Order: sequence, then C-alpha cells, then structure tokens
Amino acid sequence: MKSPALDYLRVETLSAALDAFAGQGGDAIYLAGGHSVIPSLTLRLQAPSLLIDISRIAELSGVELVGGWLRIGAMTRHAEMIHNPLIRAHAPLLKAAAPHVAHPAVRNRGTIGGSLSLADPASEFPAVAIAMRAEIEVVGPQGPRRIPADDFFLGLYETAMEPGEILRSVFVPPVAAGQVVAFDELARRRGDYAMVGAGIQASFEGDRLGDIGIAFFSVGPKPTRAWGVEALLRGGVLDQATIKAAQAVLADDLEPDDQPQMSAAMRLHLARVLLGRLLGSLGGQKA
Amino acid sequence: MTAFPDTQAHIGQAHRRQNALRHIAGRGRFVTDIVLPRMVHAAFVRSPLAHGRIVGLDVEAALRAPGIIKVFTAAELNPTCTPWTGTLDHFARMTSIAQNILADDVVLWAGQPVVMVIARSRAEAEDACELVVLDIEDDEPVVDGALALQADAVIAAPGLSSNLCYGTVLETAGVDRAFAEAAHVVEAEFVFGRHTAVTLEPRAIIADFDASTGQLTVHQGTQTPYQFQDVYARHFGLNEGQVRVIAPDVGGSFGMKLHVYHEEMGAVAASKLLGRPVRFVADRLEAFLSDIHARDHKVTARMAVASDGRITAMEVDDLTQVGAFSSYPRTSAVEGNQVIRLMGGPYAMPDYRGRLSVVFQNKVQTSQYRAVGHPIACAVTEVLVDRAAEALELDPFDMRARNVVADNAYPHVSATGYQFEKLSHEACLTRLREIMDYDSLRAEQAALRKQGIHRGIGIAPFVEITNPGAAFYGVGGARISAQDGAIVKLTPAGDVQCMISVTEQGQGTETIIAQVVADQLGVAPDRVKVITGDTDTTPSGGATWACRGAGIGGETALRAGRKLRDQILALAGQILQADPGGLALSGGNVIDAVTGAPRMALAEIGRIATYRPDTLPRGSDNSLTAVHHFAPGGYPFDFTNGVQASYVEVDVETGLVKLLKHWVVEDCGRIINPLLVDEQIRGGVVQGLGAAFFEECLYDDAGQLTNGSLADYLVPMAGEMPDIEIAHVETPTLDTILGAKGVGEAGTAAAGAAAMNAVNDALRPFAARISQTPMTPVRILQALGHI
Amino acid sequence: MKIEITMTVNGETVRETVEPRLSLADFLRDRLGLTATHLGCEMGACGACLVLLGGKAVHSCLTLAAQADGEVIETLEGLNERGVIADLQAAFHDRNALQCGYCTPGMIVTAHALLADNHTPGRHEIRDALSGNYCRCTGYEAIVDAIEATAVQRMGEAAE
Repeated sequence: MKSPALDYLRVETLSAALDAFAGQGGDAIYLAGGHSVIPSLTLRLQAPSLLIDISRIAELSGVELVGGWLRIGAMTRHAEMIHNPLIRAHAPLLKAAAPHVAHPAVRNRGTIGGSLSLADPASEFPAVAIAMRAEIEVVGPQGPRRIPADDFFLGLYETAMEPGEILRSVFVPPVAAGQVVAFDELARRRGDYAMVGAGIQASFEGDRLGDIGIAFFSVGPKPTRAWGVEALLRGGVLDQATIKAAQAVLADDLEPDDQPQMSAAMRLHLARVLLGRLLGSLGGQKA
Repeated sequence: MTAFPDTQAHIGQAHRRQNALRHIAGRGRFVTDIVLPRMVHAAFVRSPLAHGRIVGLDVEAALRAPGIIKVFTAAELNPTCTPWTGTLDHFARMTSIAQNILADDVVLWAGQPVVMVIARSRAEAEDACELVVLDIEDDEPVVDGALALQADAVIAAPGLSSNLCYGTVLETAGVDRAFAEAAHVVEAEFVFGRHTAVTLEPRAIIADFDASTGQLTVHQGTQTPYQFQDVYARHFGLNEGQVRVIAPDVGGSFGMKLHVYHEEMGAVAASKLLGRPVRFVADRLEAFLSDIHARDHKVTARMAVASDGRITAMEVDDLTQVGAFSSYPRTSAVEGNQVIRLMGGPYAMPDYRGRLSVVFQNKVQTSQYRAVGHPIACAVTEVLVDRAAEALELDPFDMRARNVVADNAYPHVSATGYQFEKLSHEACLTRLREIMDYDSLRAEQAALRKQGIHRGIGIAPFVEITNPGAAFYGVGGARISAQDGAIVKLTPAGDVQCMISVTEQGQGTETIIAQVVADQLGVAPDRVKVITGDTDTTPSGGATWACRGAGIGGETALRAGRKLRDQILALAGQILQADPGGLALSGGNVIDAVTGAPRMALAEIGRIATYRPDTLPRGSDNSLTAVHHFAPGGYPFDFTNGVQASYVEVDVETGLVKLLKHWVVEDCGRIINPLLVDEQIRGGVVQGLGAAFFEECLYDDAGQLTNGSLADYLVPMAGEMPDIEIAHVETPTLDTILGAKGVGEAGTAAAGAAAMNAVNDALRPFAARISQTPMTPVRILQALGHI
Repeated sequence: MKIEITMTVNGETVRETVEPRLSLADFLRDRLGLTATHLGCEMGACGACLVLLGGKAVHSCLTLAAQADGEVIETLEGLNERGVIADLQAAFHDRNALQCGYCTPGMIVTAHALLADNHTPGRHEIRDALSGNYCRCTGYEAIVDAIEATAVQRMGEAAE
C-alpha cells in the first residue's frame, strides 16, 4: 500500500495554492491534515500528479470571535474542538461531536476544513455544521464566498465547492444563552463510521422549544436535515408524546437506501431510536 | 531490573519476561526490520476474479518501469518448485488439487497471485503491477457451500469430480434410539462467520539464496521454522542441510503463519533464480485477501434429553466451507474434523452422530486458526444445552451439573472417541459460580429487567485439545513433528543456555522454558538464556501449534535439564572425589544434598571443564552439554477443561451489546507461570468475543471479498472489551514429569459460546433467539422482530 | 521529483532528500533505521505506526515525510533514551502488557500522550484513548492495568 509517485509543493499563501492548482490543470489535490487524502493514495484510489500542502497558510488557521460569529479556520484540528475554550463556549455541538471522530491520533491531524470539503456521508462535522446553522467560506480564483451549511452538501462526496476552491473558514453563530445541544451516534466500536448519527441544537423559551436544528449523518449520500421533525417540534413542549410524534414523521425527512450491510428500514429504525434518545436528553437539559 | 530471587521453585512463579524488555525499548527485531545487502522487494499482480481462465497476459510495460529487476510469470517460477497438495492419508478419500506458485491457466480465487514483480523498492514494484495487463475470461464461481454439493453445481477447480474435499460420519450405535426415546429434542441451525487472523504484523519473508554455496537462508515470521525448512528443501530440490529458516520476532500468528502460501514460495523461488535476497511483506489489503481464512461453517444440530435433564445424544451436520483447494501441509479438513469430534465434549453423553462435509469454494484457502474447531463445537453444544435447560425449566448451572462428566469418573472416553485422562468440570463450575457471584447477577438481572434494561448471563464449559501427539499429523504422512528437542549447556562462567525447538511469538515460551531449566539446575531463570526459532542452532521439533509449548516443550526442557544436572553432578563428583548421589544443585552451586552446604560454584565447574580439563582424573568426561528429545506418549492429546461466563447488556432498541464482564475458570494442569497463563487466556477470550460480535469476511455473489480492510472487517478494540476475571483449578497430567498442559487456545474456545448464551439469555423475555455469529446489531434486531 | 527535508528526530537534526510519496513511517524505518515504529495497516486504523509530531501522537503512515519538514519528531527509541517513559515501561513489563510486542510502541506513545493530557484517567477513559490502537495478543486488559498503575504511581509521587 505505497502511494503512487507524485509531486509535492508546500505553499504559504492562498493565492500560491490557487495558482499551483490552476498551473497543474486541475490534476492536483490540496493536502491539509492528510488523513483522508493519504489513505486514498495508499489504497491507490486516486493518483494526482501534485499534492499542494496548504497546512501552513496563515489565513486557514485560528479560532476567534469576529463580527458576531465564531470563525474557525479550516486548518483547525479535530482535537482543538475538544480543548479550545472558544469552541467549548460558543460551539458546544462541535465539542460534543469531536470525541466521536475517528481516534485520538487522527484527531491530532484531521481538520474541519478537510472533513467538510470531503463530505463523507458518515462524517460527523457536516451534520454538525448544518445543525449549528454554520456558514462555510471558500476561496477560489474569483475570491471568497460564504455558503450556508444547508446549501453546502449536495451529494455523495459532493459539495458546492468548485474544483480548485479552498475552504478557508467555518463561521458559526455563537450559541445563545439557553441553547442546548445533543449529539450521539450509534457505532459498532468507538471511532467507527456510525450506523447512524445526529446532532441537535435547540433553544428553549420557558417550557417550549424555540428554534431547533436537527441533522443526521450516515443516513444517505449526504448529511440530512430533519426539516419535518423540526417543524413539528418548534413552539411545542418536549414530552413523551411529542417525541413519539417526531419519531413517526422522521421517515418523511430521511430516505436511506438499502445497503448490503443494512436495509433502509433498519437504518430508519435506528434513526428513530436515536432521535428519541437525543430529544429525551435535550429535555433533560432544559431546566 | 532487579535480579530474580535465587529460589529452587521457579515453576509456578509469575516471572516477568526478560525478552519483553527489548520490545518495550523499541528494540524488537521482526522480519520487516531486517535489511540484507542487495535485497529486492516483491509485489504481486492478483486475479481480480474468483474463477476464470487467463486468456491474456502482457508484462511488457511492467518490465520497462523504473526500478524493476524482474517480472515473473508461472512459466519461469513454477518449474523451480514441485507442486504441493494439501491432503493427509488418515482423512480417507480426501481430495484436493495440487498447487504451485503462480496461476498459469486458471484462477480459482479473487486475489490469487498471477505475476510476481521484483523491484528495488516495494513502491516501484506496486507501480509496475499496475502496468500489467491481465485478461481473464470469467467462469461462474462457487460461493455457497450448500449449493456446491448439489448435483448440477459448478465445480470450483479443474480436475475435481465434485466440490467435496472430505466427508465423514462418526456415530454410535444407539444414537437413533436415543432420539426416539427422548423426552425433549432441542434443535438449532447455526451459521458461523468466516474469520481471518488479522495479526498486527502481516506475513513477512526474506528468502536469501546464495548461489555460490547453494545455501538458502529464509527469515520468516512463522511459528514453525522446522516445517518450512523441510518444505523448502523438498519442494525446491535442496538438501535439508542447505536450508536454514530463522523466525525472529513474530508479530502475532495464532496459527495463520503455519501454512504454506504462494507468495512465500514465490519469494524462495525468486531468490533461487536471482541469487539475491527477495523480500515479501503482505500489506494489510493482501493480508485480508490471501491469509488463510477459517471458521466458515453451517451447522445443523439437535440434542436429545431425558426428563431428568440428562443429555442422551447429539446429532450434528457440519458443512465446512473452505477455499478452492485444501491448505498445505496441515489441510483444510482438520477444523471440521475437530468440530464434529468436540461436540458435547464436557458431557457424559452416551450417543452421538456427527456428519462432516468439507466443501470447496472459489475463495481463499482456509486452515488452522486459533482454537481450530473448538469455538464452533462449544457454541453448538452450549446453545443446545441452554435450550434444553429452558425446555426443562432448569437453571443453566443446574443443567451442567447434571451432565458434565463427574470429576471422579475418569478416565473417560467420549461418544466421539476422545480419551480424557482427568478433568475437573465440577470443580470449575463450582469455582465459577463463586467468583461471578451468580446469584447476585441473577437478582440484578431481574431487577433491571423491570426497568427495561436487558442483561444476560451465559456460561460455557469446554474441553481443549493440547499437547498433541503424532496421531494429529504424523500418521497422515505430513512432515510435521510432534516431538521436541532441547540442548542445554553450562557456559564456561557458569551460566546456562537452552536451545529448544518450541518457539516464541510473545506467549512467553522462552520465559517458561527458562523457569523449567532453572529449577533443574538450581539457578535463577535470568541466568538461563533460551534460544529458539533457528533451524541451524536448535534441534528439530514441532515448534508452536495446538498448545504444545508448555506441556511438550516444558517436558523436553525438564528432561534435558536433568541430564545436564547429572553431567554436572558427575563431574563435580570427580572433582570433589564425592558420590554424585550425595550432591545436588541449588543457588548456583553444587551443594551437599543432605546438609545443603555449598561445595563448589557452577562457575567453578564450568571453568575447570573448559580451561583446566587437565586437572580432571584420567578418563573423565568434561561434557557440560546435554540433549534430550521428548515425544509425548500416553494419551493422544492432553485435554484441558474449563468454563467461561459472559455478562452482557443488550440494547433491545439498537441491537448493540455491551460486554459487562467475563470470567474464566481454567484447568490447564501444572501452571508454570500464572501471569503468562492468565494473559494468554485474556487474549484468547477477546479473540473469541471478536468472533462472536464483530468479525466476518463478507463475500458477494461474484466471490469478491467485500470488506477486506481494517475499516470494514471489525476486530475487537479496547473500548468494547470487558475486564476478564480468571481462576484456576490444577489437575496435572501424569503423562509427564512436569504435568503441564497447554492453555493458548482456551480463551478462544469458549468465549463466543458463553457470549451467545448470554445474549440469548438477555433476549429470553422476547422469545427471540440468535444462533449466528457475529451477533451484529442488525441480526439481533431481526431476532427481536424489529425488522 | 525529490525534495529536501530537514527535521528533528529524537533530538537529532536530520537532513535528507526524499520522494514526496514517502511516508514518515517508511522514512523513519528505512532511511533512519528507527524500526520501533511499525506498519500494521498503512491507513491509520491500527496505531502501530504512532509517533510524536510536535509533541502530539500522530499516525506516521498517514503523514508524508515531506509534511514533517521543520517538525520535531519523537519515536519510541527517543522516548526510551530520554527516560521519560521509564515508569510506563516498567509497568508494561511488570504487568506483561505485551506479548508479541508489535503493537507496543504505538501503545506506549498513546499512553504517554494520554498521561500528559490527563493525570487521572479512569479505566473507561484509558480504553477510550486506546480506541485506535489494535492489539491481537493481550485482549487489552493488561495494557489498561499498566497505564492505570502508572497514572496512580505518578499521582502518588506528585503528592509527596
């Protein structure tokens, strides 16, 4: 499992990265944490002629509050999501999800930019980005643009990014007081790709649910927002009856396919179970 | 490190492993760490299809690739080697096609090597492999063992008249009557997932043929250098004396590295042709694709019980699904053969019928892998025993108590013909019940059920084959030794060396041998250097398989040690002008056997014998090197026994199972080192639990392995495994002086059975049952009727 | 293409020319002879190849040598020579927390990193930290015991 031969270029600026990509006629791959790219090379699933190492580009790093948003640089490692005080305070759903991502050593290198731009359907952070109502900033030859997470994930490993664009930052609206989060995944072993997973971010107004964002992963080709469940729950109380009602309409939001390892019906069943447990834990937090 | 205490009784002590220190410091030396001058690297082009005919092969582009030294096809490589056929004479009418290194005409499994590329680096070899054009006309593959036996089935390999590799029936005269007269008959159909060893160090070999001397030196990560010395000599036309096989540190084997593989034979062939070292290391994908698989069984079984709870008979039909040919030299039939003979092992069950069909498929070969057959036989037996208990409304412990062979009822011969010297099922069951606090667990289970938390308790008594004699392979014509040899010598300065034919893969062989030898010579074990794994420097023997290192290796070392002791005492007698019968060894000295007073140091004996033999009386023998070979006699195997218990919590909504705790009570005879024994058990248990919950090789209808990577084939990891509590009963075998039996496979033998009983126990309120491994969440939810 | 890389490995400055595709694992093992770091899967699933990069445990099979240019790398050999894991090593030895030894360097790197981060890990946390370290021989319990014992001993010494 040795990588095919390729060239390597480490760049210090975004423009150098974009130029190098264009100069290679697109036969290049950006290298950040490398923990998705390099396995694809050792498995010989792809053989680009150039790797452009963007890990040292200053603009891609950093975590800061700016303009009312929490800006998380694309190069922020998964481990940072657990330890960084700004993320813990303002994006607790990321902190809740991060321990589920792969394993400790992978988390020391893997980046949120890499995770979001790969858009693996079993990946945690794309769903979390959706549930947090994050906006994803990408930069291309035409300059930067911000894409709401709802519009970013289009299909199996497919995002709204154009070839050659680089994901620069993730902008997360800081959680307001009274907002609660819940995250879990059902996996065979710690760190495995989930059988099904979900992240929820919600606010309570007294006893009633205000805004709520629910996003599932490992349920289809892309992370999927449970719009119907959200609509059903918004403005109501969270009790056994409403949780059951929410579980009942989940099938309208999720349309998993039959897979060799698990039928669509089974996946939906697990998604319903998970939804019930996460909503239950939300209810437990509201006081 | 502090020196070991200089006591006489090292056997039975939890001595730490001296040979572990270098691993902890980063000084392990595995085959992959060895660099030889002019060494080249191999990679293989493999068949992408499971069954077909090679119609085109173009290696031109590969030959011209950078760093390429040679590209071999079957035409060049195969003639250097005589074909091998994996059959044994004592399996009557067993059949298999012959094998050679590279596929030449047909391909019989997806992954079969077709072209061998030799390059200056592995990366360049892989690059060149991508340039080979291989055209295969595909044939329908055999992928289902049951269908493979039907009259109109596609045949897996050319030259076979059917897909039956081996079939046999074992039965007692009264079995049909037992079922006719039974008060209850319980039955089940079992499916066992196909497994692979997933050793962390993959298979690795460096074959180094020196054309100037005709000497072949092979560095190989194997359990059995002696077998491979014989195989390479015979198949490559070399004198045995010209072949040296060295097994350095081995990163896990569990039986997998006992077998002959095309790639390793290719490395030897290539080295012979090139006259330089050829290195092959299976990467992880190749390991999944080409390592032996195991345990691919479908079993139909039923059990007859009398109204008082006695098991009167079992009937079993085992379909063992192997590869396209039987493995060599140990065959692919041994596992199934053990399955049908181990059924009902712990129980005083008088009647039995076992039918075995070993069936070819167009998949990779299968062969012996840790606990060979035991996990299947134990699961089938114990699940049925639990079902019988349920039918009779008996507690599972009570059901076992009524049926295990009583501790005072030995020797005993089982319905399947196994001879048991003396086992301790009753004592083990009693101890298990104690250490697991069974009654409290039952109370806890009942209380939690009311809260919708579903825990289950499962137990599984077992027997285990250890210390095998020549009845295992030798009688079948295989050149696999069942005896061992040890050379023990006193060095000039009074230290000890023991060169022995059992081998070390981390289980602690070298440590326990040092303890045994130390006890014979009255020295501390850290003064005994044990040398293993090299056919040039150690006697030929059976090495490691079927749990023989402690029982047979230990006995060999004990007897060789006593011979050296006698030499030392004889020489001391000469020097001291004393009767050797009045002398003994202790504390590094020759002592007066009665008073204990030291007479002279071993260092002094060594000095005189080595440097001043002129001072010895005329005619003295100054030998301080003794050799002994030991072949087990008495019982064909030394069976051990034990019982395991599993405590689980099943999430009945998701099918996920939490393993809360596991217990083992084990009787492996005289324990040489309790620390090492317990850790062997723990490792074995986790391997068994991995099989029960996680591991299976998945194939599609085209015979493609679809989950051949560590991301998709789920091995047990730390987070999901329980703590394991262990207790012992010790019933030494009287077949040897040492009295030790083996333990390496015990953990794996029954862990899955205990776990399956625990899961079924948890599911009992739902009238749901599972009899398939792995017990995945999907299968548990299906059993519960959720989908 | 060949590129020049410079890094610190086990306290020594290393300057080499490499192909970009060369993994850090292969660089350490084949170029520098640091064979304690092992290959088990070459896809980041088994932990046999763990080393410290910038003080953090990383999979050297998923890191290119080129990416490590300018970095500070430490392997088990370096940790051993520095003496910072002596108590962990003693605990592994005493508890027999290894059998074949192939997973051991990765296990010790993980344990070292865990204890640097969390001085009082419970058994569950230890098992969690080991989630990316595969062992086929030990069944993990002895490894958990050894790490727990080291943590307890260090806390005891800190209290003195």
